[in-house]
Amino acid sequence: MRAKFVLSEAATGLWRNVTMTIAMIITTAISLALLGAGGLLYVQIQETKDLLRNKVEVMVFLKDDASPQDKKALEEKFRDDSLVRDFEFESREQAHERFKELFKHSPDFVAGVSKQALPESYRVRLKNPGDYSALADEYKSEKGVSRVSSQQETVSQLFAMIDAIKNTTFIVAVMQAVAALLLMANTIQVAAYSRRREVSIMKLVGASNWYVRLPFVLEAAIAGLIGALLAWLGLVVAKVMLIDKALKPIFTSGLIPVIEWSDIMMTGPILAMVAIVVAGVTGWSTLRFYVKV
Amino acid sequence: MITLDAVTKMYPKSRRPALDDISVQVEKGEFVFFIGPSGSGKSTFIKLLLREEVPTQGKVWIAGKDLAAIRSWKVPQLRRSIGCVFQDFRLLPNKTAAENVAFALEVIGKTRPVIRRIVPEVLSLVGLEGKENRYPNELSGGEQQRVAVARAFVNRPLVLLADEPTGNLDPDTSIEIMRLLDRINRTGTTVVMVTHDANIVNQMRRRVVELDRGRVVRDQNRGVYG
Repeated sequence: MRAKFVLSEAATGLWRNVTMTIAMIITTAISLALLGAGGLLYVQIQETKDLLRNKVEVMVFLKDDASPQDKKALEEKFRDDSLVRDFEFESREQAHERFKELFKHSPDFVAGVSKQALPESYRVRLKNPGDYSALADEYKSEKGVSRVSSQQETVSQLFAMIDAIKNTTFIVAVMQAVAALLLMANTIQVAAYSRRREVSIMKLVGASNWYVRLPFVLEAAIAGLIGALLAWLGLVVAKVMLIDKALKPIFTSGLIPVIEWSDIMMTGPILAMVAIVVAGVTGWSTLRFYVKV
Repeated sequence: MITLDAVTKMYPKSRRPALDDISVQVEKGEFVFFIGPSGSGKSTFIKLLLREEVPTQGKVWIAGKDLAAIRSWKVPQLRRSIGCVFQDFRLLPNKTAAENVAFALEVIGKTRPVIRRIVPEVLSLVGLEGKENRYPNELSGGEQQRVAVARAFVNRPLVLLADEPTGNLDPDTSIEIMRLLDRINRTGTTVVMVTHDANIVNQMRRRVVELDRGRVVRDQNRGVYG
């Protein structure tokens, strides 16, 4: 009885104010979608860092005229170096194979690069990936070495980019969240105003506070929940369209782990919780001012 | 039943108190008229009883409870023991007579079987048999006020507050409503009625408390409007 009464009040309220309800749902959805995307990126960065920690290699590229003696000296030095875990020589052929594999989605580009364009190199794995610059200093002026480079450079650029995207996403999410909050508060005020007669009668006959307020709070919570659902659907679509299709080459390169379905699924309940809690708190505190006992 | 002990009420933006050191006692089962011109403090008196306002000084007691000491979340409990009738009926236009009465029961959490039993009873008590499913705009003013009385009385309150209940009604209809209030009073319910209606006060010959500028200027048993 009680539940049915309260629910039907909330549904009537949402419908009566349908344009505002839609506006509230859309802003909530955008805000939550951005929040979810930001959260996923954050997890992504952490995972990427962990993944790379074990995989990062320092590449010691050789000059074209590096002699066998130079190579031998380098190998000796690697073997004795306390920073180095192990190392591997990569010939021009191997480099070309790897290159073809890496850019297999752009065959024209691969065809335009000859085997001779790719230098020989040593791929060195470190005991501690943080020691990259120490190693670079040590080897960059060795005989036969053209330059020392690390995936770490590329990776840190990548991190900076993802970080920037993440931060922008969060900032926009926060601004949208403020808009969503204000819309929620406003919707509840309008609802309370349009039902002031009912409310005054309810208070007169002694309806308890939560009984008066719950339909309004529920209204906001339901709209928030719909918003969360849309936001989550948005993330699902993004996963299918962007990650699994458009951006696939980036992920297949193996540098960045793919955002998994399980991550996307996880965001659903989290977004719903955020929506309900925020709507509830907003509703309750708005009503403290507008529906006084 | 109702005690006002040296009550003064000042509103923040007014220089003169709305109620100025008044002390009144209403016994259980009494029928009291509060009369007086506009601005005499009648509305403030009603607001104090409903605890929409609290006195600046002094104390208000209803059924042995100090209203100022009631916590705000317990105010609804207090209001369940007070029935209210107003000049403008305050019915919900989109609900039928029966639904309006049922609404008062629903919002205090009464179960459906109880509501289905009590609502027809109280509607027949106020003489609205056969009109349960009419909407307020299909009822006359007197009938609408009967619905309001039914809603106020359906919880068997200790006190029935009537704020100019006949203010919008013609003399004959007013008398019918007064008969109804009288019958309710005979069931033991204390009735407090605020009014301007001299005819009614003179006919009923009940206790009259006259207010003027926030003071009690007359308190007379079996009084007239004066």
